[in-house]
Amino acid sequence: MSTIEASPEVGHDEHGHDHDHPPFLAHHFDTPEQQFDSGKLGIWLFLVTEVLFFSGMFCAYAIFRALRPEVFEGCSQFLNTKLGAINTGVLLFSSLTMAWAVRCSQLEQHKGLVGTLAATLSCAMIFLGVKAIEYSHKFGMGLLPAGLFAYDPSNPHPDPAGHPPYLAYICAPFALALAGVLVWLVVSAVTGNKFQFAIAKPLSVVCVCFFVGVGLGTFLESGEESADHVDVHADPNGLATASVMLEAEESAAADAAPAIAASGAMIPVDESVLEILATDPTNVGVVSGLNALEQQTAAAGTSTVTGDGAILGAITTTEIDVMTPTTAGVFFSIYYCMTGIHAIHILAGIGVLVWLLVRAVRQDFNRQYFGPVDYVGLYWHLVDLIWIYLFPLLYLIR
Amino acid sequence: MSAGSLPSGSQVKDPGYPTPSENYLTNSKGILSWIFTLDHKRIGVMYLVGVTLAFGVAGLLALLIRLHLFQPDGMVFQGEEANNWYNQVFTLHGAIMVFLFIIPSVPAALGNFLVPVMLGAKDVAFPRLNLCSFYLWVFGALFFVSALCASGLDTGWTFYTPYSTTTDSSVILATSGAFILGFSSIFTGLNFIVTINTMRPPGMTWFRMPLFLWATYATSIIQVLATPVLGITLLLLIAERTMHIGIFDPEYNGDPVTFQHFFWFYSHPAVYIMILPAFGIISDLISVHSHKRIFGYRFIAYSSIAIALLGFLVWGHHMFTAGMSSLTTIIFSALTFTVSVPSAIKVFNWLATMYKGSISLTTPMCYALSFIFLFTIGGLTGLHLGTLATDMHLHDTYFVVAHFHYVMVGGTLVAFLGGVFHWWPKMFGKMYSEAGGRLSAFLVFAGFNLTFLPQFILGSRGMPRRYATYDPEFAGLHQMSTYGSMLLGFGLLVALFVLLRSVGAFSRFGLACGKKAPANPWGGATLEWQCTSPPPFYNFERAPAVGDPYDFSDLEWEADEERYVTVEPKREVIPEEQPKPAPAHAEDSN
Amino acid sequence: MSSHAHSEDGHSSDGHDFAHPMSVQTLLAVFFALTFLTVITVAQASFDFGAFEVATVMFIATVKAVLVMAFFMHMLADKPFNAIIFIGSFVFVGLFVIFTLGDSLMTSHSFEPRVEELAPAVAEPTITTVDGAP
Repeated sequence: MSTIEASPEVGHDEHGHDHDHPPFLAHHFDTPEQQFDSGKLGIWLFLVTEVLFFSGMFCAYAIFRALRPEVFEGCSQFLNTKLGAINTGVLLFSSLTMAWAVRCSQLEQHKGLVGTLAATLSCAMIFLGVKAIEYSHKFGMGLLPAGLFAYDPSNPHPDPAGHPPYLAYICAPFALALAGVLVWLVVSAVTGNKFQFAIAKPLSVVCVCFFVGVGLGTFLESGEESADHVDVHADPNGLATASVMLEAEESAAADAAPAIAASGAMIPVDESVLEILATDPTNVGVVSGLNALEQQTAAAGTSTVTGDGAILGAITTTEIDVMTPTTAGVFFSIYYCMTGIHAIHILAGIGVLVWLLVRAVRQDFNRQYFGPVDYVGLYWHLVDLIWIYLFPLLYLIR
Repeated sequence: MSAGSLPSGSQVKDPGYPTPSENYLTNSKGILSWIFTLDHKRIGVMYLVGVTLAFGVAGLLALLIRLHLFQPDGMVFQGEEANNWYNQVFTLHGAIMVFLFIIPSVPAALGNFLVPVMLGAKDVAFPRLNLCSFYLWVFGALFFVSALCASGLDTGWTFYTPYSTTTDSSVILATSGAFILGFSSIFTGLNFIVTINTMRPPGMTWFRMPLFLWATYATSIIQVLATPVLGITLLLLIAERTMHIGIFDPEYNGDPVTFQHFFWFYSHPAVYIMILPAFGIISDLISVHSHKRIFGYRFIAYSSIAIALLGFLVWGHHMFTAGMSSLTTIIFSALTFTVSVPSAIKVFNWLATMYKGSISLTTPMCYALSFIFLFTIGGLTGLHLGTLATDMHLHDTYFVVAHFHYVMVGGTLVAFLGGVFHWWPKMFGKMYSEAGGRLSAFLVFAGFNLTFLPQFILGSRGMPRRYATYDPEFAGLHQMSTYGSMLLGFGLLVALFVLLRSVGAFSRFGLACGKKAPANPWGGATLEWQCTSPPPFYNFERAPAVGDPYDFSDLEWEADEERYVTVEPKREVIPEEQPKPAPAHAEDSN
Repeated sequence: MSSHAHSEDGHSSDGHDFAHPMSVQTLLAVFFALTFLTVITVAQASFDFGAFEVATVMFIATVKAVLVMAFFMHMLADKPFNAIIFIGSFVFVGLFVIFTLGDSLMTSHSFEPRVEELAPAVAEPTITTVDGAP
């Protein structure tokens, strides 16, 4: 990103052409407006590449949702709508502050610019903090891409000691960043470096905001948990009453999908779990899955692979996949790819926003040179735009 | 990179035209001045060296393949691993040629040098992005080479699933390399679009741009629109290999045909990234060396854009036998034929340009003529492959191999060489040996046809591609092809020798370097011929006069100085209307 | 097409000639409209619109996207060419998705496992989505 803007530091003064160039105007442009227009066209083209880049994942989403709507419907219940909605609001607010920042830079309101940029950064951090909760929660439940999928419907919340502390891993770099910024803040305050202090002050607020997001996410997730996740997966009928989003007729079919889907990917399959689930007559998927499993086991007994556990296991898995009719993994694959790459874009946005913040504190921008703020703003709005589509497509499937 | 071999500091003052004391090659010295340069000309030269190296490596691999196929049982790779070796060698040949040579060859190497100069601009719009693009290319190239060293790559350059998700070879390294190269390509394209849009000088309207710029613009559109899809495809492939996301891998209920859709949505337009800039070069070369206004300027310009856009509608013709639905195959087959229309428009316009022109058979013109011949064959055989029924027979045979080599090598490589010979005097300020250049053009033409014409026959007789061994009945044609490839390789060496000799690379062996190049050795009317050869750092000492790029009426050959000069009336900034000089339109009415 | 081409046909190079600050009222109004639409889209998920489900959420999302593009991204005040290339990119996204999705739907029977072949006895009860092609 930061390479796209032709910023004024490019020094080609060795030729001494362009004596009338203001310092922010790169040597090969004639006027500030030409420079601004070039940068603007450049960033719009960059956004075009971003749209096409994400289109691949939207295409994959469309294909697999069209093929397996019930898997998407069922798996979507695992996503916490509250968290998604909060994150949507946070991103929308950050878009507001970003647009405001562009206005401030155009009107040469330097303090306002620093403030709005810091607010944008803080929102980005809150977003990531909430995301950290969402991710670590799903990692812990084993709701992972197809190849790593380890969700166990009979034990949806495995003992935290049994898996790595995902949340701690995700938070660690942010905690380090917070510690670093705080040290910087203290050092710059002690040494009296006003410029650095002016940068470190908003940045420390920004870093704290990540943990605000984590707290917010924890609060909402824990509130949701008892009402939704546990009941949903332990007792299919519970879903109908517990979930406000679902109507009763749909629920049995809907929740069967993730449950079976999950069991489909488990190797080796825990048959006792399936039997428990199959006692519920509404759980037709599990019943038929179990039937197929029994048939398969019987059939395999006569085949040449008898006794070979690995091959038998593989065949069993295939049979259950057939029944589901696919694993839930692909939903979570697409979920992680889309939100993950979106989160990477947020991180990149945080990077360039920090760069802008430094320059804003330095008061680099004026009414003829506000391009970088505008360009980063456009990028940031695109990231918001993508989330506007991701949120209903992933969280609100009914 | 090549600074050492360049004739730095050996400029002789020539009073006939403005000679700056320093040009872009000499205005700063030392390896660091090249590594950190933001000058589009130096970046272009670095790209030129880079793609030539990549071409050399991949070309040697190609010769290895041809040598191996000299005998039905295989000549080079022996033993248990022979087939694996063969797979890895042809994969690397294809992947390096496609990602490291053809895609960046014309746009990044020649385009970087020429686009701003043709626009009369000082630099591209984003010089730092330009340098970044070059280093991404280098970085991506290193990934590719490390993939070679790690454990080979045997998927073909297309990385089709499910093989690419199951093979043990270093797919992840190679796809990471391709991903990075994609960024390099996007940045170059983005830079050119912005440069052409915002930095045209006063007086240069869209329809007074050289056709090379039109072609570059169309190419850049494809680079910006298609390459990101390759990026996400490769990322998903990497995720598929590491986490088994189950989108492409049938083992996890993914759909391998979806991978092919994703891949070819980029890679078919990428074919036009490879060939469109070549069209631009040829349009300029034919016109300049025929000393005649280009015929049907607007049609050539529009057809470039049309190819760029239609190119997005036809990717399915790579997948006719891959298990697409029959309706989709029919739609794609029909759409494929539409692309041939703008291509044919170009060929006819080139022929019409040469008609009654005063053709000088210079080296660039020899290459341009062989381009027209070879590309016509390559393009027409494409229609066989776009037709559903014949494609069922010809798919994955040597017919396909011959077809795309006629387009890629006979088209892009030959045009690239023609362009290099055409602009070499401008880039390095030295004239090369015309006799040597023409010899190389002839050798390349002969060697190329000897290599690939037999492959059409092989393919139509059923010789499948990508096999290390073959039935003895194909031996004769394969041997012909191998002899041809040696001749082709020799011709390319001659071309390299001629060019390097002109800048004094062999002066220590007593081979004199070329004469100093005048500003306008060929009689071109585009802006790059108005600055000195080589151009100064800022490209133009004073703002160039923008005129009609294909109006040669006021250029005159000055025999004793061996250069073209502008005669009265001095070319002025022509007013906004489309200029309609009489001599050029006399032919239009024919 | 060439109006955006070069700076010389622009205005004088001082003043706010190419800056178009957006008024705070507009920014806030857009933000509240976006928030309102977010609430609507969450709320509508409680109701079952059946086949219109996807269309509804996509419509609301698109209204939000248009608001963001028109105001936050200054598309209304920007040069039309920038808007054209950005909107134009969605044409290519459409091409890509429509062809790929269409073909995938028509051929899904070739890679989605078919239950009736593998386990005929249990084929009927649950299978609602496996492509029905025989």
